[in-house]
Amino acid sequence: MTSVPAPLGLLAELTHRCPLGCPYCSNPLTLDDRADELDAATWARVFREAAGIGVLQVHLSGGEPASRRDLLEIAAAAHDAGLYTNLITSAIGLDATRLGRLKEAGLDHVQLSMQDVDADSADRIAGYRGAHARKLAFARTVTELGLALTINAVIHRANIERVAAMVETAAALGAGRVEIAHTQYYGWALRNRDALMPTREQVDRAMHEMESIRARYHGRLVIDMVVPDYYARRPKPCMGGWARRSLNVTPSGRALPCHAAESIPGLEFWSVREHSLAEIWLQSPAFRAFRGTEWMQEPCRSCAMREVDFGGCRCQAMALVGDAAATDPACELSPHHARIQQLAEHDAAQARMEYAYRGRAISATPAR
Amino acid sequence: MPDTLPERPRLAPGVRLHFDKTREAWVLLGPERVIEAEGPAPEILKRCDGTRTVDQIIDELAALYAADRGEIAGDVTDMLGELVTKRMLV
Repeated sequence: MTSVPAPLGLLAELTHRCPLGCPYCSNPLTLDDRADELDAATWARVFREAAGIGVLQVHLSGGEPASRRDLLEIAAAAHDAGLYTNLITSAIGLDATRLGRLKEAGLDHVQLSMQDVDADSADRIAGYRGAHARKLAFARTVTELGLALTINAVIHRANIERVAAMVETAAALGAGRVEIAHTQYYGWALRNRDALMPTREQVDRAMHEMESIRARYHGRLVIDMVVPDYYARRPKPCMGGWARRSLNVTPSGRALPCHAAESIPGLEFWSVREHSLAEIWLQSPAFRAFRGTEWMQEPCRSCAMREVDFGGCRCQAMALVGDAAATDPACELSPHHARIQQLAEHDAAQARMEYAYRGRAISATPAR
Repeated sequence: MPDTLPERPRLAPGVRLHFDKTREAWVLLGPERVIEAEGPAPEILKRCDGTRTVDQIIDELAALYAADRGEIAGDVTDMLGELVTKRMLV
């Protein structure tokens, strides 16, 4: 066993509360209660421990982190621990005054979600009337304050025809970076897959469009993509490898190798309430379960790409194949690859556009 | 590579130079980016403060390393150009 690499990033899910109800949310269907949330002092300790084991960047996320009244105290603690501090927000609950204070506390960067460029469509996706207009205003506030801005757009059937317009809008708002993230099907997104999945033709067109828009904005705007892996031939290197580069702490303090890891039955997660982050990183059973390549089966085990893509995503293998140690079926070398393509094509052909909004009452119809 | 470099380069908003104590290395941190700053890179980046011109930075580096200015100039402009393209420097 080679030595365990030090993590670079910490996703700090400060709360699962969120005013929006985006159907593509990757939070789990069972959300943590407010009463169970870690307090600011515990987060401050977690940040110091994170910096101590090599974490350089912290992503304050949720849910909506601004739903916490002590967000300023938490962000200041992250900065004081020496971490590059990124706020991932929907804009709801943040005004210029509050954002200005966050900047003074040392906030480095703001990532704002955008559901669409069409306001009606965006508000429908978010399940929140008026959200889009508030996001546009907020984006201007971010850049006026001199803060770095990323626009993150999650792509699915309802907005995939407008990927180019989303990049243009991000540029017009003064963003330095844009993420065009095709929906990854975990949590609420998996629940809503048949209402979100685009067709292969739509995906091909969007990818093609992105090539030309990338060339157009080269050197002016950083464009990062999250690829639509149900239609891919090779899997994504999920998390850059399990327990290799980053970790996630849930609102109530469970430390996870990735935000969907709790969808894998039988894994033992440790809490930051009971263990230091160093202990968790090195010793917790969940982190050790799929670290490295020892756990792999064929075709991963002997594959030349095993330390490039790490067999893809464990949670996706669990969700679609029923075995978390199997090759991610997004890989064409998986014996189940045909199945993921069938699922995508089946779901893309559905007319259903009614969402099970995240965190709201779930309708009786289960997703496949 | 961009056609021109900024006259007085500085780190872009959301970008900062940081000494990583765990890995004992200088890194440039930006939005979803960690770039290791190797060799003379930290000395160059420390001088990208929006007050020094590219020429001044080259002069200072040549003096610091007691090296040939022509050689240093190429290294500095290459590195700055690459970081401008990546939007880490403006």
